[in-house]
Amino acid sequence: MATPLLSVRGLKIGARVYPPDAKPHDIDIVHGVDFDVEAGKVLGLIGESGAGKSTIGLAAMAYGRGGVKLTGGEVWVNGRDVLQSGTRDVRRLRGAEVTYVSQSAAASFPPAKRLMEQVIEAAVLQGKFSKSDAEARAIELFRKVDLPEPETIGNRFPHQVSGGQLQRCMTALALCPEPDLVVFDEPTTALDVTTQIDVLKAIKEAIRDTGVAALYITHDLAVVAQVSDHIMVLRQGEMVEYGTTDQIINAPVEDYTKALVSVRSIEHVEKTPTETPLLRVEGITARYKGTKFDVLKNINVELHPGQTLAVVGESGSGKSTLARVITGLLPPSQGNIHFNGRDLSAALKTRTRDDLRELQMIYQMADTAMNPRQTVGTIIGRPLEFYFGLKGAEKKKRIKELLEEIEMGDGFIDRYPAELSGGQKQRVCIARALAAKPKLIICDEVTSALDPLVADGILKLLLDLQKVEDVAYLFITHDLATVRAIADSIAVMYQGEVARYGGKTDVLSPPFDDYTDLLLSSVPEMRLGWLEEVIANRKMASGGN
Amino acid sequence: MHPVIKLVAQRFALGIILLLAASVIIFVGTTILPGDVAQQILGQGATPENLATVRAELGLNDPPLTRYFDWLGGVLQGDLGTALTNGRDIASTMSDKMGKTLFLAFWAAAISVPLAIFLGLVAVRYKDRWPDKLISSVTLTTISIPEFLIGYLLIYFVAVKLGWAPSVAMINDSMTFVEKLHSISIPVAALTLVVLAHMMRMTRAAILNVMQSPYIETAELKGLSTFEVIRKHAFPNAVAPIVNVVMINLAYLVVGVVVIEVVFTYPGMGQYLVDHVVKRDVPVVQAAGLMFAAIYILLNMTADIVSILANPRLRHPK
Amino acid sequence: MRIPTAALFGLFFTGLYFFIAIFADYIAPYGLGEIVGDVWEPARLGYFLGLTPDGYDEPQYWLGTDQIGRDLLTRMIYGGQTTIWIATMATILSFSTGTIMGFVAAVNGGWIDQALSRFIDLVMSIPSLIVALVVLSVLDTTVTTLILVMGLLDSTRVFRLARAVAVDITVMDYVEAARLRGEKVAWIIFREILPNALSPLVAEMGLRFIFMVLFISTLSFLGIGVQPPAADWGGIVKDNKDGINFGIGAALYPAVAIATLAISVNLVADWILNRTTSLKGGRG
Repeated sequence: MATPLLSVRGLKIGARVYPPDAKPHDIDIVHGVDFDVEAGKVLGLIGESGAGKSTIGLAAMAYGRGGVKLTGGEVWVNGRDVLQSGTRDVRRLRGAEVTYVSQSAAASFPPAKRLMEQVIEAAVLQGKFSKSDAEARAIELFRKVDLPEPETIGNRFPHQVSGGQLQRCMTALALCPEPDLVVFDEPTTALDVTTQIDVLKAIKEAIRDTGVAALYITHDLAVVAQVSDHIMVLRQGEMVEYGTTDQIINAPVEDYTKALVSVRSIEHVEKTPTETPLLRVEGITARYKGTKFDVLKNINVELHPGQTLAVVGESGSGKSTLARVITGLLPPSQGNIHFNGRDLSAALKTRTRDDLRELQMIYQMADTAMNPRQTVGTIIGRPLEFYFGLKGAEKKKRIKELLEEIEMGDGFIDRYPAELSGGQKQRVCIARALAAKPKLIICDEVTSALDPLVADGILKLLLDLQKVEDVAYLFITHDLATVRAIADSIAVMYQGEVARYGGKTDVLSPPFDDYTDLLLSSVPEMRLGWLEEVIANRKMASGGN
Repeated sequence: MHPVIKLVAQRFALGIILLLAASVIIFVGTTILPGDVAQQILGQGATPENLATVRAELGLNDPPLTRYFDWLGGVLQGDLGTALTNGRDIASTMSDKMGKTLFLAFWAAAISVPLAIFLGLVAVRYKDRWPDKLISSVTLTTISIPEFLIGYLLIYFVAVKLGWAPSVAMINDSMTFVEKLHSISIPVAALTLVVLAHMMRMTRAAILNVMQSPYIETAELKGLSTFEVIRKHAFPNAVAPIVNVVMINLAYLVVGVVVIEVVFTYPGMGQYLVDHVVKRDVPVVQAAGLMFAAIYILLNMTADIVSILANPRLRHPK
Repeated sequence: MRIPTAALFGLFFTGLYFFIAIFADYIAPYGLGEIVGDVWEPARLGYFLGLTPDGYDEPQYWLGTDQIGRDLLTRMIYGGQTTIWIATMATILSFSTGTIMGFVAAVNGGWIDQALSRFIDLVMSIPSLIVALVVLSVLDTTVTTLILVMGLLDSTRVFRLARAVAVDITVMDYVEAARLRGEKVAWIIFREILPNALSPLVAEMGLRFIFMVLFISTLSFLGIGVQPPAADWGGIVKDNKDGINFGIGAALYPAVAIATLAISVNLVADWILNRTTSLKGGRG
């Protein structure tokens, strides 16, 4: 067997941390990892946050981000250990043999330079191409990654192209010097799902056409399954499992891998609508102050007691604005909201205390949804005090019950939000909402900031609570897997309008309208060959026109 | 119209509005407040007749609005009135003093600006190591001492104990250029120390801010050397914030000049203003105050316009 | 709770200065205006440090005497009292006005915010020393007018900070959650915003206090601050400045006093800011 292109042995990575109450000290982030990447092959590195996957990826370039230090082991690239190489040699490696595509292309391009200049910089500097050759190659790569106007797009500035286009530019930038290996660090995570598939397709085809090897880092197993030959599962700086993509997806060995593969496999059978809806949104049109266009245009949806309406859409679809209108934060310019058999006043200030109590909200970022200066007990206790006048022992008893309900013990009463994990924080927010004994909870992207397994736990909890408390959810999300798991009815939103609305099964069954079709077919599925299928289908469809 | 031109024009208009507002504040500050100018001029022994005469002379019996527009009209035509104390024309006295003050401020700026940028770069290069810590503790100390005391410390040690330079900064037209420079060397040093600390700290923060952005990482991962990273990626993006810092601190220098001139009995605008504040010579205070305010507003406006011009999003709109 | 050495040092000296200021009448060895000796007698402190030229007897006064023969240590102690008193009162005035206006602007938004913010922009478009000079040229310089002028001018800076901090907090989801719950404005200001705004504000208070000490000293030095026979640190410099040209350092004692006080308060403010930001900083 030929020597692998990249060979990592016993890699250890440490970092200096600065905890508030103790002296700065060193901790290990990666505790000895081994893997190989052969020429022209793609290895997927997958794990949740804190798994050390980005750090390992950057180690292939002998780079430690921030205070990160490569403390031990070997990283062999093209037959030499780059951890032992001198600065000059490392510089020749970076940008020539190994290149990098980051998660946020928007921040990675300096704002004041034209795209072309940035894309060809490394290739020219490293003496791989002359300026004119590099430009010709860049244009060819722009075409390859499906950028519009490939001949002239290089003359634009970074802020003059869209996020998805910039991410593709960065791929062109990484491929321009004809590297042997490209490190892709969550290149599609920040993108909307319909944009993600285009970038994913561009990356996949570019890898195939140029024969470059790649390290593909992501937290999304379904995505990595589409592009990689092998997958390594990481957890807290250690390898959990390594195998071919086929084996990891179809026959995982370790429990952790199995959990990752079966994530979002919650079964939820759609409930039938009751006679009278709990919430009826009628002809809502809304715009923000000082703007000239409607963010919501004539929205009509219903939600039945004890059920879940999922409002799904991409960024800019107006789904969060709908939540603001229902809560009264943004009075609509037209339309009415009926709630629990009465008309809900448009503005927050004129709503009754019962209106406020029966309509609660849970936020995406649990971090900013809780006052960092209040304990869990105060946070959950305040609605009890405010709405029901509970005090002292009575209040404490109820707080303990609520903590039980969210599967946290009463030991958490005196903790501050900063002392909780991401999942625990979101649970406390759920308890705060439940404390008001609401009829409806608006859940705004409540799982999007969480790791998949933690998110799963939250979704299961929400479903269980729905059964016990008979509460309805208006569930706002961009994630169709979540929708499948939890919804009874679905409203697909696109550019401020409801593109499709109905029971879950109806909405998710053909025939589709164009947008829903695009959206549904863009969600990565956890199986091999899904991306090729979608690309082929879309080619066929456009060929048919 | 190109958005940059529009924004610059807007900022320019704002500058003019601020200038007008400053004139209102200065005028109101010296007339509406409970103090009686005529009383102040004549002192406690004034007879009611004297007071009435002085009031009439100064136009104090007119409504405030009339007086303000009379004053402003004069200012716009270059007529700043006459000093109460010696009856001289304020405009001609001030043009000479202004020249001297600008001479002093210019040399202080010429030394402090490059020095602050250099020290800022050193502090960033050796961040959290001893050069950075040394620079930051020395600057913390100089920030904690008022300007006039920095002046006297320099006089005591440099002029009196070491005898390197004169302690009183007299300049006149018969002096040669080198003589003038030697004469103002200690005040220039004092002013430099006054603004250096702030300017250096802000420069350090501005450069660090740029160095920590992800595009610097991109440049490093392209295989650029540290020098190239700074020259091609960090410096072009740090120029605008640094220019901004410099302008803000030059505005600060304007205030420092007032005090330093008094310390060194330097015959410039600051000394002129303070002298007449003590003598309660209102027309001079109004005129000199307006001049200082105008320079301050002008420098802040320049800082804002530089930021607008340096922003690629504005220069190359979608 | 462990207090870092630097903060302890700062706390000790800040405390010491305030103690001396409060009990000046008991600590000062002589009367404020009492003439005890010759003009500019050398300091006993300098004698012990070996700074007095040979052939002199051991001087009687720790810091020597001033330009008319008053005990300088006494002058410094009473001067500190005046300086610290004026600076403290001006800081309190500037803080209460600034924070209240800043919070009102942030919580209400709309035209109230616009009107207040634009007005403050206006006042801040002229350096505060210049405004103070202009205003004090027509006002009688009593301690009260000094405190009012300094405090109100400085409240513009506090306003900006308080408003910025409060605006940052009001956009937080937990404030929105409180609004959705139906909480009153008072609860939102005192229970949701204030606890989170306190630390940057307290740290800023230290910096404003230092600025006030520098400000009043500068005004007195220029002759439009504290008027004789009262003493303050800036005034001592003004009184004794002519001695410098003869190599007499009496005018430089205030420099040491002001600098140590300023650095001490700075260290305390830094510590408060660090201690509280780390509370917010998520899990360790």
